[in-house]
Amino acid sequence: MNNRGKLMISLTILGLAILSACGGSQKSDEILIGEYSSLTGTTATFGLSTHRGLLLAVEDVNGSGGILGRPIKLLTEDTQSKPEEAATAVTKLITRDRVVAIIGEVSSSRSLAAAPICQQNRIPMVSPASTNPAVTEKGDFIFRVCYIDPFQGEVMARFAFNSLGLRKVALLKDIRNDYSIGLAQFFEIAFKRLGGEVMATQAYSEGDVDFKAQLTALKAADPQAIILPGYYTEAALIAKQARELNMNMPIIGGDGWDSSKLIEIGGKAMDNTFFSTAYTADDPDTMVQKFVARYRNSFGETPDAMAALGYDAGRILFDAIERCGNTQPECIRDALAKTENFRGVTGTITIGPDRNARKPAVIIAVNDNKMSLREIIQP
Amino acid sequence: MSEFFQQVINGVSLGSIYALIALGYTMIYGVLGFINFAHGDVFMVGAFVGYYLGPLIMPLTGEATIPAGLAVMLAAMIVCSALGVTIEKIAYRPLRSRPKLTILITAIGVSLFLEYGGQLVFGPDPKLFPELIPSAAIIDSSDLVINTNSIIVITTALALMLILRFIVFGTRMGTAIRAVAFNHQTAGLMGINIDRVISLTFVLGSSLAAAAAILYASVYPSINPLMGIFPGLKAFIAAVLGGIGNLTGAAIGGMIIGLTETFVTGYISPAFRDAIAFGILILILLFRPSGILRRHETEKV
Repeated sequence: MNNRGKLMISLTILGLAILSACGGSQKSDEILIGEYSSLTGTTATFGLSTHRGLLLAVEDVNGSGGILGRPIKLLTEDTQSKPEEAATAVTKLITRDRVVAIIGEVSSSRSLAAAPICQQNRIPMVSPASTNPAVTEKGDFIFRVCYIDPFQGEVMARFAFNSLGLRKVALLKDIRNDYSIGLAQFFEIAFKRLGGEVMATQAYSEGDVDFKAQLTALKAADPQAIILPGYYTEAALIAKQARELNMNMPIIGGDGWDSSKLIEIGGKAMDNTFFSTAYTADDPDTMVQKFVARYRNSFGETPDAMAALGYDAGRILFDAIERCGNTQPECIRDALAKTENFRGVTGTITIGPDRNARKPAVIIAVNDNKMSLREIIQP
Repeated sequence: MSEFFQQVINGVSLGSIYALIALGYTMIYGVLGFINFAHGDVFMVGAFVGYYLGPLIMPLTGEATIPAGLAVMLAAMIVCSALGVTIEKIAYRPLRSRPKLTILITAIGVSLFLEYGGQLVFGPDPKLFPELIPSAAIIDSSDLVINTNSIIVITTALALMLILRFIVFGTRMGTAIRAVAFNHQTAGLMGINIDRVISLTFVLGSSLAAAAAILYASVYPSINPLMGIFPGLKAFIAAVLGGIGNLTGAAIGGMIIGLTETFVTGYISPAFRDAIAFGILILILLFRPSGILRRHETEKV
């Protein structure tokens, strides 16, 4: 190659470098908020719902002139329902996009992978729906707007023991999922305290499709109900296979079940099942109904709890930035910590000293391919 | 005791699916002498053919009936045969005279291509497989439940294995396959069209994988582009366990792996399920590398 050729190539590379640098720059007045969520993979509806809820919250703020007179710009990364992708996504949002705060994720395993990175970089992170206690223990920059599993486990235990009158149950948990392990443990503690007995415990791994061996083993113990603190894809497949094995007892789950896919996959097998979650679209509260109507209007479906939590996570974060008066991450962190009696669609939210939200839970009953509100349990 | 019988039924129905996939590995190994690592992904494509064609075929045959299952299975077998033959023509045939390792690495490449191409085409999220075959309890006591779908899985798998056995041992084409497996060059000198025999082997192996996929997805109705990896590996272990290149061995190996997995999950812990399957692979390679049933013919060098 001659010198002229080399020069041309060097110039081209230089040109590309300048172009890409320009492409990456932002309009100076936008406030950049990062979001990482599972838009694809085994828990795709979680990510999609929180993302849509968050979009509505952003629309709210930008429609009324933004925060501090500046519009919000949401940058979203897909985690593909994998913890390792969550870590990559958050690193990218912080170091390359330079966001001032981060929202995500639903799954505790993914939030646990991303939280240390946010903490290290001193960027506030608000999880919409990770209920495992360890998430916010990662540091003072990590918050959540949902209840935590010691409470959810207690709610499930109280419902099983008091409302359904169950005394002997079996547990089936996902051993590769921090949420499922934690919730199973807190349920067991609460259920035993009430005087119930966990007769058998079996486990599976997220992504499994064959659960007959575990179910057959549980069946031998003859429990009155199965407690299944997992995610909706596996929960529905497990219910289907349980019914095929003639196990028609109630199956009880947590907020990981809250997806329209639960009934789509499980169908009739989901009859006589119950799960606890953060919100119900049946709530007559005008604020909830306004949110439900807007969501239906924008996305053509009824918002599930993840959508409502995504909406609340966004609004609480924007409220904190507003109160703070600037976009310094430390200042946003302090304002988030002082959130008190914030009226969200998932109830009134106060962030405690442990950076967790205290709020009520609801029990949803599934029957005839429909979900309906069964009970509201206060903290 | 009833729990034990239930686990046996669970294990046999899983095992017969593994056996069908294992037959494909073992046949292709027998004829070409390499492990076709893309076989598990052909299985995945079979499930997706069922997913897309099921709703089109079912209005003609009725939902969840045996004709619906058979029609979709036949369609999947045809598509996967075409896929198998194409893979062989494009990826493996040009390398046939090269060292076996070259083809092996190519097979891994084809496998990755199908997995991630599948994510691009079908989307990476799990899909719900339509109910093709009826699922009702035949025996339905409080202790033991036998479903039509486990019976259908076991009988279909058995029937396909018998058909394969007949093709390989009872027809001229089967004799040609065995001749090529024994020695390419000599078979060629005897006037056997080697390319045709190899294509036929891929047709048989891939269509068994497709049939297995329809059965598998009917029992475990959540499918995704990476679903072929684990059943593929398990079936590969089954083929090695039974004695790679040996048809009966592959069937027996599949059953052993299916039953072992089910018992380990049911009685010990699902955490050990995969570990035990791979443990079996290590043990068999250490102590009896030619498998439970050794090949009858003297090993070629």
